[in-house]
Amino acid sequence: MEDILNSIILLANFVIVPGMTYGSQLALGALGVTLIYGILRFSNFAHGETMAFGTMITIMVTWFMQSVGISFGPLPTALLALPFGAAAAVAIVLFSDRVVYKYYREKKSNAVFFLIASIGIMFVMNGIVRFIIGPKEQRFADGERFIIKAREFKQMTGLSEGLTIKMTQGLTVVITIIVVYALFRFLQHSKMGRAMRAYSDNEDLALLSGINPEKVVKITWAIAAVLATIAGVLYGLDKSFKPFTYFQLLLPIFAAAIVGGVGNPIGAILGGFVIAFSEVTVTYAYKKFLKYLAPEGMEPDSLMQLLSTDYKFAVSFIILVVVLLVRPTGILKGRVLE
Amino acid sequence: MSFLIGENMIGGYGSADNILKGCTLSVERGQIAVIVGPNGAGKSTGMKAVFGMLNLREGSVKLDGKDITNLKPQERVNIGMAFVPQTHNVFGGMSVEENLIIGAYRREDDFSDTMAQVYDLFPILKEKRHQPAGELSGGQRQQVAVGRALMTQPSVLMLDEPTAGVSPIVMDELFDRIIEIRNSGIAILMVEQNARQALNIADVGYVLVNGSNRFTDTGQALLENPEVRKSFLGG
Amino acid sequence: MTQTTKNFVYFAIMAGLLVAVGVIQSWSVSLSIFNLCLISAVMALGVNMQWGYAGLFNVGMMGFAAIGGVAAMLVSMPPVTAAWANGGGDLMMSGLMVVVTVLAIILILRKMPKGKKRNYTIAAAVIAGYFLIRHFYDPAVGAIESTEAAKYGYLGGLGMPILFSWIIGGLFAAGAAWLIGKISLGLRADYLAIATLGISEIVIAILKNEDWLTRGVKNVTGLPRPVPYEVDLQASEWFINLSATFGADPIEASSIFVKLCYTVLFMVVLGVILYLSERALNSPWGRMMRAIRDRRDAASAMGKDVKARHLQIFVIGSAVVGIAGAMLTTLDGQFTPGTYNPLRYTFLIWVMVIVGGSGNNWGAVLGGFVIWFLWVEAEPIGLFVMEVVTSGMDDGSALKAHLIESAAHMRMIMMGSILLLVMRFSPKGLMPEVVRHHD
Repeated sequence: MEDILNSIILLANFVIVPGMTYGSQLALGALGVTLIYGILRFSNFAHGETMAFGTMITIMVTWFMQSVGISFGPLPTALLALPFGAAAAVAIVLFSDRVVYKYYREKKSNAVFFLIASIGIMFVMNGIVRFIIGPKEQRFADGERFIIKAREFKQMTGLSEGLTIKMTQGLTVVITIIVVYALFRFLQHSKMGRAMRAYSDNEDLALLSGINPEKVVKITWAIAAVLATIAGVLYGLDKSFKPFTYFQLLLPIFAAAIVGGVGNPIGAILGGFVIAFSEVTVTYAYKKFLKYLAPEGMEPDSLMQLLSTDYKFAVSFIILVVVLLVRPTGILKGRVLE
Repeated sequence: MSFLIGENMIGGYGSADNILKGCTLSVERGQIAVIVGPNGAGKSTGMKAVFGMLNLREGSVKLDGKDITNLKPQERVNIGMAFVPQTHNVFGGMSVEENLIIGAYRREDDFSDTMAQVYDLFPILKEKRHQPAGELSGGQRQQVAVGRALMTQPSVLMLDEPTAGVSPIVMDELFDRIIEIRNSGIAILMVEQNARQALNIADVGYVLVNGSNRFTDTGQALLENPEVRKSFLGG
Repeated sequence: MTQTTKNFVYFAIMAGLLVAVGVIQSWSVSLSIFNLCLISAVMALGVNMQWGYAGLFNVGMMGFAAIGGVAAMLVSMPPVTAAWANGGGDLMMSGLMVVVTVLAIILILRKMPKGKKRNYTIAAAVIAGYFLIRHFYDPAVGAIESTEAAKYGYLGGLGMPILFSWIIGGLFAAGAAWLIGKISLGLRADYLAIATLGISEIVIAILKNEDWLTRGVKNVTGLPRPVPYEVDLQASEWFINLSATFGADPIEASSIFVKLCYTVLFMVVLGVILYLSERALNSPWGRMMRAIRDRRDAASAMGKDVKARHLQIFVIGSAVVGIAGAMLTTLDGQFTPGTYNPLRYTFLIWVMVIVGGSGNNWGAVLGGFVIWFLWVEAEPIGLFVMEVVTSGMDDGSALKAHLIESAAHMRMIMMGSILLLVMRFSPKGLMPEVVRHHD
């Protein structure tokens, strides 16, 4: 019995908690991508850079707050700085929409030109981020580090496996729940949210209903930028901030959005968790876990790891390809990309 | 002086040849005007021209005496014109009720009365108000489409082949509803394939051929006109 | 100005810029830039085939370039016989198991009726195959990687002249492209882009982590060269005499001579590929490709097999990128999987094609030259700008130090701005596609 409990705790520690955390971060990122896709109808390659930009501003405001002695008690100061980062990210995406995308929208250009334009924006934002904060890794988490420490957990329960939940992990999940709840309230029940869904559903008819497309587009950018910043800050608090890592997050985020059904917000969340848990479960070494469960003398002697952690990306990508081939609309029905 | 009139309209899509070659369409409040004609006569194009969906090279459009030739379609929505396209005319992923709410997007006032009126007009929609519009039958979807347009409280309702692809029974029922809408004082301009039935309910009928008016008369007179019967109504 | 004169002027300006670098900085720098311009031009030609001829949105160039790169290493390095002796047998066995598993799956697909039962059988075969493969693979990898790990720890290559790898690299890339294209070419632009981006990341992940094959991030250095070594030149009498006739210092001359040798080789490759590309573009085949690109539905209605044509051009274009990748690794003299970065190896090539003029081979070449030149020179330019900007500041100021240190990142901003500006104000690029009318 104790072995079973130990094995569950072990799994919770190394699979469930990290999977929930990473899944939340991906879900927030994928929501932004999917909203942009639903309204503007293109895959935004600059989304990773938007995350990096918002996070960078948040980090700088955090440093400033720390230097003047503002803190958030046990919580990371970055949460206080986050609104500033989000506002900056909103400003920069609205600016990029105004000077770049709007032109192609008025010309009714093919989606692929939006995509190429987003690559241009990606370069520029990438340069700006590296120019301001540099390409190196930054850590900016402060406040209490743990919610539950392994040692305390062991003392409490008497088990030999300890459960650790970092503050950043708990915060990630809680904030994601709040944000997602607010977003869905907005999309389902507010006038603007409904207009966004209508525009995504049937653009021409939305125009015939008097919906102002430019307003819908602006609100969509703003929401995507706020979501990107939240995702970026949570990821950075949990792991660390490094511009190149944020660029690379684009792939699992796209995978999450597509796997869930691109253009479908619930799908984006589902997709985020599918991708995160696949990555974590496939790259986890089950040796110790099986030791608890296997009968005496039959314990595995290899690591029992399906794939090395270096192949994380491969996992999200293989899922993506399988979904594309088997069910191109995604798990929940999204739009098929044209 | 008609309430809505598109006069001597000449134009087409892009720089291609003119599809409309001097076509005049008008409708009064509380009237149904029906545009019929053979395929390729420019029926839908004529109506889209009245709604500003293509550029006119010549001619003008007036609503209630005001020249609106240069207004964009969205701006025409704001001054009380409503348009129901032939296809893709509902928000398929949204519920029936949400379709109606979106119809009232421009309105700041309380639109529950209008919604109640729409539900009175189309009782089946009230029953299915929480279902996604995309899951309804063809006839029901047309009702949602018309309902959405009515939510804007239009003075003019324009319908592009509202009975395309629905059964004869559903068509009759839909026409009955359109008469009800007319009776509430709204001007209705519609394009119809089912010429005979449509002219039956029409106060005014336009027979378009090759982008211009061939016959213009009351619906009844057109139905009785032997030439119209022979050429356009199949005898 | 007609387009032809314009084109001539563009290339003349480009040549002028390279000469200017030769005079101002040094001829050695200028030649280094020129050599990489040539490789960039080859890569851009490959992308131009896919995007310009056929409208395929492939953002996996990095993967194909890396496949070409690993081919250069595998062809040229001598085999490590000890590693083969230690782990070669097991590795072969695991390879055999891969084949057996694949065959088993194909057999199941062919023999069993569609349905749940077949799916379960396939799943069982995959799982069984996985464990069989790992059973041989794990010890093989262990044995190979522990064979003189500091020096080797991998199987080595074939010990053949590295020039062969330019062909082999192209073939490797073509094979990979065939497989990828089979899976993903049915997808429209956005999905194809994401799919190819993902595949290129996986290729890099494999090259970084399969140490038995590539030494991973430990890198393979000292690849044999196709051209003489500087030290040998400096020691040989004919070369000393040669440099004396030019009145040059033999050490500097040897470095320039080596670079010139590469230049000649690269120019031959670029010339051949450019010649073939132009021939292809103007052939009935090229016309058909463009017809498919511009009027896909009409072409498919006319009985053109769009998917097969797309696969064809995807394979050819990727092979060209593979060749360029092999050339690049040859020039570097080392294979370093850790240095592949999609911004540099994929998106920058895209900027080249769009700036040059998609659909125009000469445009792609020009784009390759211009963009590579700017990419390299952006650093000194950025530094110069920053020094001017900060000239009024205190020498000790942190801001000044930061600005000067960050000047290098200006190049990203510059590339993005160039891409956006060209797209907006000259969407056809510097050298627009020549629209040929059918006679």
